[in-house]
Amino acid sequence: MTEAFAVLQRKAQERWRELNSHPWVRVGTALCGQAAGALDTLEALRAELTRQRVEATVSQVGCLGLCYAEPLVDVQLPGGPRVLYQRVTPDQVPDVVQGHLVHGEPRRELALAAVEGSVDGVPRLSDLPMFQGQVRIALRNAGHIDPTDLDHYIARGGFEALDLALSKMSPQQVHQHVMNSKLRGRGGAAFPTGVKWRFLMGAPGPKKYILCNCEEGDPGAFNDKGILESDPFTVLEGMVLAGYATGATNGFVFIRHGHEGPIERTRRAIQACYQAGLLGSHILGSSFSFDIEVSLTGESYVAGEETALMESIEGKRSMPRFRPPFPAQVGVWGRPSNINNVKTLAYVPEIVRLEGEWFSRIGMQNSTGTAIICLSGDVARPGMVEVPFGLTLRQVVEEMAGGVPDGKRLKLLQTGGPLGGVLSGELLDTIIDFDEMARAGAILGSGGVIVASEDSCAVDLTRNLIAFCQLESCGKCFPCRLGMSHILEVLERICRLKGRPGDLDLMRRVGQNMQVGSLCGHGQLGFNPVSSALKFFGEEFRVHIEEKRCPTGRCQGPFVGPERTRRWAHLHGESPTAAVYPEFVANVGKV
Amino acid sequence: MTTGEALRKRVRQTLRDQPYPTVTVLSSLLAVQDDMGYLTEEAIQEVARFTGTTINEVWSVASFYLNFRFTPPGDHTVEVCWGPACHLRGAQTLLHDILGQLGLSGEGETGDSHISLKLNTCLGACTQAPVISVDHGLMGRMDSERALKAIQGASHPRRRERRHSREVR
Repeated sequence: MTEAFAVLQRKAQERWRELNSHPWVRVGTALCGQAAGALDTLEALRAELTRQRVEATVSQVGCLGLCYAEPLVDVQLPGGPRVLYQRVTPDQVPDVVQGHLVHGEPRRELALAAVEGSVDGVPRLSDLPMFQGQVRIALRNAGHIDPTDLDHYIARGGFEALDLALSKMSPQQVHQHVMNSKLRGRGGAAFPTGVKWRFLMGAPGPKKYILCNCEEGDPGAFNDKGILESDPFTVLEGMVLAGYATGATNGFVFIRHGHEGPIERTRRAIQACYQAGLLGSHILGSSFSFDIEVSLTGESYVAGEETALMESIEGKRSMPRFRPPFPAQVGVWGRPSNINNVKTLAYVPEIVRLEGEWFSRIGMQNSTGTAIICLSGDVARPGMVEVPFGLTLRQVVEEMAGGVPDGKRLKLLQTGGPLGGVLSGELLDTIIDFDEMARAGAILGSGGVIVASEDSCAVDLTRNLIAFCQLESCGKCFPCRLGMSHILEVLERICRLKGRPGDLDLMRRVGQNMQVGSLCGHGQLGFNPVSSALKFFGEEFRVHIEEKRCPTGRCQGPFVGPERTRRWAHLHGESPTAAVYPEFVANVGKV
Repeated sequence: MTTGEALRKRVRQTLRDQPYPTVTVLSSLLAVQDDMGYLTEEAIQEVARFTGTTINEVWSVASFYLNFRFTPPGDHTVEVCWGPACHLRGAQTLLHDILGQLGLSGEGETGDSHISLKLNTCLGACTQAPVISVDHGLMGRMDSERALKAIQGASHPRRRERRHSREVR
């Protein structure tokens, strides 16, 4: 162990002991908590503690993944159990403070689970259906630590991996651990991370970049933001380790502007690391130096594509570049660069600390480790879980998330973001594994799973997905730019029960052109929502077109979307070109 | 109204005060919009000067990202998520009711410039769908009644604290 790290660790452990020897209240204030009203609860809690003259540490923590039970308040007295209270409204705060903090009696009726210790009549956290079967590696600290407090992270084993690497390992040895772990990229492409790093290792310096992708534009996926809000340090440590292994000198954490929670917490975590000598020059007294800063992008889905991301960091329009040259040769500002997803990097510290073989034994043969799955839509317990590969979708959706509420039938799943497509409930028994899922025609993508009940209309949902894809087409390749508009126009027609006999073939033709004629995944995969919906719910499309009715009644009434997705509404003619270029039509004449 | 020169001064100050070490056209535009709420002609020119590039180049970036706007926003910003998770949980009904209440047919400002309505592709809290945000404060598990009440209460002082400074002074 380096001298410098020994000092940091001693201080962190002392502070952690000190924290645990006093009343400690944690409030989940990640985006999910905030949307459930956690900031009001937090305010009420602070006021009530003052009013009752209770001295307690109040920490804002990230997301435990039990989003259905937010706002979560987690109360711990020295030597007592640590109790998690669910759906705590400001009105209930006095009850919790009075009962648990003043009288030392946990309020069983309001409790969801005991995180540590036990309370009669309250299940242990690990026994909750949503926690059973979880293996928490990337999320190991989520909900437990203050994401802006470096001491919390170090006290729970943080930066041990970096210290170990800098004092005992060569860059090649660090890389070997990642190779042995068989870690595959979690952004969607599932490319082996070790192989990707090797490309950068071989590239010439002196300046090389590690880029961490938290653009996460996929609606329905929030695990990247969730990790940065809950434990940004594990991502930063992963980046420094990646830098050490590959000889990179600089890092960027790339986040969309407007998501203040993840941005602010990452920024403060970076600051704390600089102050402690864990970033900057001569990290922990070694000869290795590495800098990290946050880079914000504007609203653009395509900015999450790796070459578009580099354009955005350079401050330009986030339009994909041609490949080759690949980022490892010519990346951001022309320098060799490596892009990894937040989740991928979040695993790296534990892989180095506990060795690659340990990680490779978790999950499946070719999909090692865990999948971090975001569950939303029509499920009883929406939230975020980290499960080893090899479970079935059914185990996650039905057992952990409680399935579709109110005794309704699960009709479809939307996985892997808007480009992933619409899947039938029949695929629930598919094993969560990159290759197994691909064989079944499903995409795990970055882990978003949106569940829809029998009340939903497959055509209506497809229109929503295509409206997103159309809005977010960057416009560089015309098959994508025009094709998305054309398909949206046709879908709109079908939803309004004005579909024509040839419409399905028309969409297929446009879709094929998009696939072969587009530079990046947005255009190449942009037809997925329609093709998958047609595969599983073709009959529903037929009924809309031929019988002029929507079996669920969801398609009635006009669809409201952003202005750009509604250009068809202003049309006199029916041409998709006019839909995209009304000015052209007005000025040049009929297309 | 702020005169052109005062506005330019304020923009220049904002550009110098950017929090991140790497300054680009995009970072500059984001900083100015954070401060002013929208981008003016003068702001575009100042960003071009500050980053040593052309006005054309700056426009190309500003017109690309969906979050940039070129007219002043309303006093309060209401965002409604229309992503698939919110869609399935009733975002369209919510939207229709909000539009009706505000007298709008889509994104834009109310006649009295009190409220700007924006559709967001994902507010990041899918588990709490449907989600709206009022002056950047997230609100989940929404129904029309609660949403309309929240929008009416948008001028409530405590909510006002949470929003970014938007007016040009």
